[in-house]
Amino acid sequence: MDYHETVDVKSLSVHYHGNLALKNVSFTVNKGSIVGVIGPNGAGKSTLMKAMLGLERCKGTVSFFGEKVKDIRKNIAYVPQRSSIDWDFPVLVKDVVLMGRFMHIPWYKIASKKDKERAFEALRMVGMEEFANRQIGELSGGQQQRVFIARSLSQDADLFFLDEPFVGIDVKSEEIIVDILHTLKQEGKTIFVIHHDLSKVEKYFDQLVLLNQELIHAGEVKDVYRTDLIKKAYHGSASLMKEGQELVVVNP
Amino acid sequence: MIDNITLFIDQLMRYPYLQNAMAAAVLVGVICGVIGCYIILRGMALMGDAISHAVLPGVVIAYMIGASFFIGAVITGVLTALAIGYISQNSRIKEDSAIGIMFTAMFALGIVMITGLQGTSVDLWHILFGNVLAVSKVDLWITLGIGIFVLIAVIIFYRPLLLSTFDETMAKSSGLPVKFIHYMLMLLLSLVTVASLQTVGIVLVVAMLITPGATAYLLTDRFPVMLILSALIGVISAVAGLFFSVIYDVASGASIVLVASVLFILALFFSPKQGIIPKLFRKPVYDS
Repeated sequence: MDYHETVDVKSLSVHYHGNLALKNVSFTVNKGSIVGVIGPNGAGKSTLMKAMLGLERCKGTVSFFGEKVKDIRKNIAYVPQRSSIDWDFPVLVKDVVLMGRFMHIPWYKIASKKDKERAFEALRMVGMEEFANRQIGELSGGQQQRVFIARSLSQDADLFFLDEPFVGIDVKSEEIIVDILHTLKQEGKTIFVIHHDLSKVEKYFDQLVLLNQELIHAGEVKDVYRTDLIKKAYHGSASLMKEGQELVVVNP
Repeated sequence: MIDNITLFIDQLMRYPYLQNAMAAAVLVGVICGVIGCYIILRGMALMGDAISHAVLPGVVIAYMIGASFFIGAVITGVLTALAIGYISQNSRIKEDSAIGIMFTAMFALGIVMITGLQGTSVDLWHILFGNVLAVSKVDLWITLGIGIFVLIAVIIFYRPLLLSTFDETMAKSSGLPVKFIHYMLMLLLSLVTVASLQTVGIVLVVAMLITPGATAYLLTDRFPVMLILSALIGVISAVAGLFFSVIYDVASGASIVLVASVLFILALFFSPKQGIIPKLFRKPVYDS
């Protein structure tokens, strides 16, 4: 596949004050796939995401469909970890979703009716339109996550980065989010998801990047989600049992 | 009370110095209220305190060389912000400690300079605690200029400021210069501090920055409303404070701050949604 159809990470290294956080990571993923970035705590998953987004000083190159990150920023939607948000912030649900439109509005203009409609449409896609006028702290964890997914949808981006979107959310929200990710994939969008829980990996993702400071393996889920590789990444702190054809993961 | 109000209005009509004071106090109420909202939501109350104290040596140096107070204050204010950032990013010292070290150092430097200059007309008391009744026409024009500059900046950069305050990582990943925005805000903060110097003084500026914003924060769930409410509360505090100051002949800055504090206490207990007392009587809500 030619490089206009792939995201290529080549020998990416990050260090903090001489401590290596990410060591020589290289992988390629195809356009139109849902990529899980997995690994134990402290494996450098967030660091990898930040380095790919150009937010962390790093060595190596990252190319998104043949372009550098700084040339396609408007085209990258980011969904933060829930714990990084101040939920007392005086914004309503609809205000948050509208933020996804900000990069498309020239600085001298105010948000147009069209922008607001696009935001509302995104809110409807995650089933949160009734909550448009609620302050964000009044929602449940899953609802909050859906609002941020709606924000990323309203941005009309081609690339999505989600930081731990499935942590602490209800089953219904999880289903809605997984459905949306699959719809996006069908539309040819590329989605990176940081994920630390090993269960349901096969249900969520097409490709996996398994990390523990260095790359353990990257590729199709079936090639990466293997007992030996998982054990290598988790240094034996996760135990896996073969049960028929399925891997059952017991987290530490 | 009614008598006092008519007396106050009568004096206001008669004395130009009181009109200047009123205009300055209202302006300061507005710009402190607006900038204060950002300071509160970014968790930078201590930084606001630091910058306001750190302008002191700048003001003194400007006085010594006969330059404008504003330039001196802006330079030392921004330098202090940069130094705090440098220390917290390049050592194991955390930001709150870096703030504590830098602002006391700058403040002490300012005091040493003033005491070294004894016999001149730099009045430490007035810089520290303000004297709104001594505001001149020139001061007023400068305050107005700063006020317009600050308001225009906040309006033009409304979306970048909001996004970088609410979700810094998204702001960065969408290409906003988050660090630059931070230092721009420090610049605005220094300007606002100097504008407030004569009204409330260095020591109490932080109250004008934090208290009206915090009061507004307890009253609304929307950011634009918070900005407007905060400015309004700043103005009410300024006008009422000046009134008490004139009628009871007490220090103007402190009386403005006290009014703001009383408004805060009222919001803390009686705000319809966030107030402590309405919360006590609220029945549990069952969501569908």
